[in-house]
Amino acid sequence: MKLWSWVLIFIVCNLTFSTISAFRLSRSQPTERISGSAGDVLEDDPVGRLKVFVYELPSKYNKKILQKDPRCLNHMFAAEIYMQRFLLSSPVRTLNPEEADWFYVPVYTTCDLTPNGLPLPFKSPRMMRSAIQLIASNWPYWNRTEGADHFFVVPHDFGACFHYQEEKAIGRGILTLLQRATLVQTFGQRNHVCLKEGSITVPPYAPPQKMQSHLIPEKTPRSIFVYFRGLFYDVGNDPEGGYYARGARAAVWENFKDNPLFDISTEHPTTYYEDMQRAIFCLCPLGWAPWSPRLVEAVIFGCIPVIIADDIVLPFADAIPWEEIGVFVDEKDVPYLDTILTSIPPEVILRKQRLLANPSMKQAMLFPQPAQPGDAFHQVLNGLARKLPHEKSVYLRPGEKLLNWTAGPVADLKPW
Amino acid sequence: MKLSALHQSYLNRRSNSFRSPTSVDSSVDGSGKSLIAVFWLILHCLCCLISLVLGFRFSRLVFFFLFSTSSTTNLYSSAPFRPDLPVKHLDVHTLGRRLDPGANNLTVAAATAKSSRVVVGRHGIRIRPWPHPNPVEVMKAHQIIERVQNEQKTVFGMKTSKMVIAVTPTYVRTFQALHLTGVMHSLMLVPYDLVWVVVEAGGATNETASIIAKSGLRTIHLGVDQRMPNTWEDRSKLEVFMRLQALRVVKEEKLDGIVMFADDSNMHSMEFFDEIQNVKWFGTVSVGILAHSGNAEEMVMSMDKRKEMEKEAEEDSSSLPVQGPACNSTDQLIGWHIFNTLPYAGKSAVYIDDVAAVLPQKLEWSGFVLNSRLLWEEAENKPEWVKDFGSLNENEGVESPLSLLKDPSMVEPLGSCGRQVLLWWLRVEARADSKFPPGWIIDPPLEITVAAKRTPWPDVPPEPPTKTKDQMPLSHGGKTVVVIPKQQQHSTKIRKPKRRSKRNKHEPKLTDTTQVSSSSSKRQERN
Repeated sequence: MKLWSWVLIFIVCNLTFSTISAFRLSRSQPTERISGSAGDVLEDDPVGRLKVFVYELPSKYNKKILQKDPRCLNHMFAAEIYMQRFLLSSPVRTLNPEEADWFYVPVYTTCDLTPNGLPLPFKSPRMMRSAIQLIASNWPYWNRTEGADHFFVVPHDFGACFHYQEEKAIGRGILTLLQRATLVQTFGQRNHVCLKEGSITVPPYAPPQKMQSHLIPEKTPRSIFVYFRGLFYDVGNDPEGGYYARGARAAVWENFKDNPLFDISTEHPTTYYEDMQRAIFCLCPLGWAPWSPRLVEAVIFGCIPVIIADDIVLPFADAIPWEEIGVFVDEKDVPYLDTILTSIPPEVILRKQRLLANPSMKQAMLFPQPAQPGDAFHQVLNGLARKLPHEKSVYLRPGEKLLNWTAGPVADLKPW
Repeated sequence: MKLSALHQSYLNRRSNSFRSPTSVDSSVDGSGKSLIAVFWLILHCLCCLISLVLGFRFSRLVFFFLFSTSSTTNLYSSAPFRPDLPVKHLDVHTLGRRLDPGANNLTVAAATAKSSRVVVGRHGIRIRPWPHPNPVEVMKAHQIIERVQNEQKTVFGMKTSKMVIAVTPTYVRTFQALHLTGVMHSLMLVPYDLVWVVVEAGGATNETASIIAKSGLRTIHLGVDQRMPNTWEDRSKLEVFMRLQALRVVKEEKLDGIVMFADDSNMHSMEFFDEIQNVKWFGTVSVGILAHSGNAEEMVMSMDKRKEMEKEAEEDSSSLPVQGPACNSTDQLIGWHIFNTLPYAGKSAVYIDDVAAVLPQKLEWSGFVLNSRLLWEEAENKPEWVKDFGSLNENEGVESPLSLLKDPSMVEPLGSCGRQVLLWWLRVEARADSKFPPGWIIDPPLEITVAAKRTPWPDVPPEPPTKTKDQMPLSHGGKTVVVIPKQQQHSTKIRKPKRRSKRNKHEPKLTDTTQVSSSSSKRQERN
């Protein structure tokens, strides 16, 4: 009888301890574990779970483009370049394509920059098409699945729709040849043409060294309630407002420009990063596209992101429970932003700050060089690993053809 | 044709001026260009007229959507209007287009018709009827901020805080209330436990006691029988003696905490009290020296002279001299920065009320903090490099707290190795013969005020310009005032602001009696 009671107590204790979520102290702040819809996967190690084969494309698709314009290494679309560099030296890379689970095509479609540094997407469809034609004719793996086990990094505004204007992008749709491939992109909006089912959303590239060098002591008290720096009206393209950001940024300005709790302006202060570390909420409204590097900056600096973009899909949405970390405000509720933010209970705010303080959360948003465990590269690989094993429908029957190689605008069919 | 031109020109207007759309978009036929331009101009004028009539901007978009049958964008003519009520619009037309992406949907996944509730196109800018801050919400936001900051403090701040023991030498004088109130208010804001040891020269008086009682802090009020001397040098010697007395009391009472020296005319920042919590045994901070001279002109001159000297010496020295620890590149203490007295040689104040620059000592006591256990007789882990306080011989000349140590290199530099200036040193005193009402209470309250004839301020006119409120003469306890007659009706003198000189309070001077009005029959009383 005594033995049974001891065993029972032992079992009960084990159960209670296993259900309590672990508190990990790091940098002396209590943090909470982050587990999204896919579970507690932020710290998974992809090595050993998948194998990636990197195609050897001629350098005109990647290196020569980079040589022509090295600015591509620093802008927010630099993820495609760093992804290739990471994969080339990663243990998941395999040189034997027969055993590969995923195939990577390194083509830098976002590196054709204007003098001001903005990428032009007009040649990208042709470049992509030409690369795919190359691999389809030199290797059998494309035709085997018509690209369903290949993945591409397309970090531009609307992903593989390859245009910066939303109506045009929607009109073009995703490039026909990429219809079956997995796309790794920054754009994510539910029920949108340019977001394919099964895409992996990544954060835009933000320079990790620059952000690290602007850290201030964590005990500096957070005294700014809401912080934002950026445009409210895009005077060059949409002077009256209403198009840019679907009118949301203009609404923020008109409603809160004289509210002392809202530190919002269009200036470019040198203390931008330091100010974010002194703020409790950082606004991350949409611009011409719904995503922005502000989300990455807010996470790194511990400022709770206030996301104003209807139906947005945030990076690594299955690994990171964004609903618990950030505050989502509908665009129609922007005039009541102050009511919404002040009515959040302080315990909820403190919990969000604890979640943001989790170092694996911060690491998952960055693309450090060289790659570190738990960073965005590894999260992409984790995402790819979670899609394994491939379904049977991925492999085509011999002679079956699903893609139409001549679809799309006529201009796209010109060789590059 | 026209339609595509409309589309084209509209979208061209929209496109980024920096991006140059290349040959992707459709080209316009050259011959019809002029016709299109004329048509466009007519349309523009028409829209302007309509806008003038209607009173709001009439967008040309409406024509586009009425006539457009473009195949690239699948438009529905019954585009839903989005009435954004109850808000004001900056633009009247809010059109949306619902786009059916079904044509491009080739994915293997469930091919349900996707309809997005997010529409592309122009939206209204929503502004609520009263876009101004709501005070209740502002209060709530401040409570949230406070809560977040408290959490930050508990997480990143000190886990256990030690008591602060503030030692202040003082004596009764005109500016005592001024200085002591400043220190008192700083100490009242300190978030840690505090004991204030006030040592007074000339014995413990009720005046000082009444000032420090207002603080609500735990105080220890000591008296030293010697009176404060009149020269700065002797004064600092007596202050050292007074501080050592206070340290003796700390030792006897076995007060446990961090001893800091809050001289009564210094200014402390709150970060100073947070920083000194980090001291283990003996620490030092940087003190900003505000050495001034009482004479503004001389100060300006000395500033100019200093600028010249700086230019000659080509030194990159800061404009505020700082006394504090000097560290090498690995943040180890290698010495002290002290105040450069050369520019003031021969011009510094000797007597307390001299109109000249008051210079600090080589090393001011206020720049040092120590753990009170150093003073105890028996304390665990007391380091060997500290002299026994009980056997300290004052006659050997204790100039700075470093005399308490055998090894001055063991001092901990605080405030990121002296880079942060956390307190400021200043010595300002009134003239030696200045008088002030005891307790700064004027009792009984005066009803008549007098403009004195002879004051240090220049150019007081001889005529007293003030009106009397009532004619009752007062003579109470030796204090008398002079009744001055009513202002003459024909007097057109400008009223000068009433001035009272406190020095003349006990010896009221007569005003010039030439103003006695012939019509007045008031009584005058003079002392």
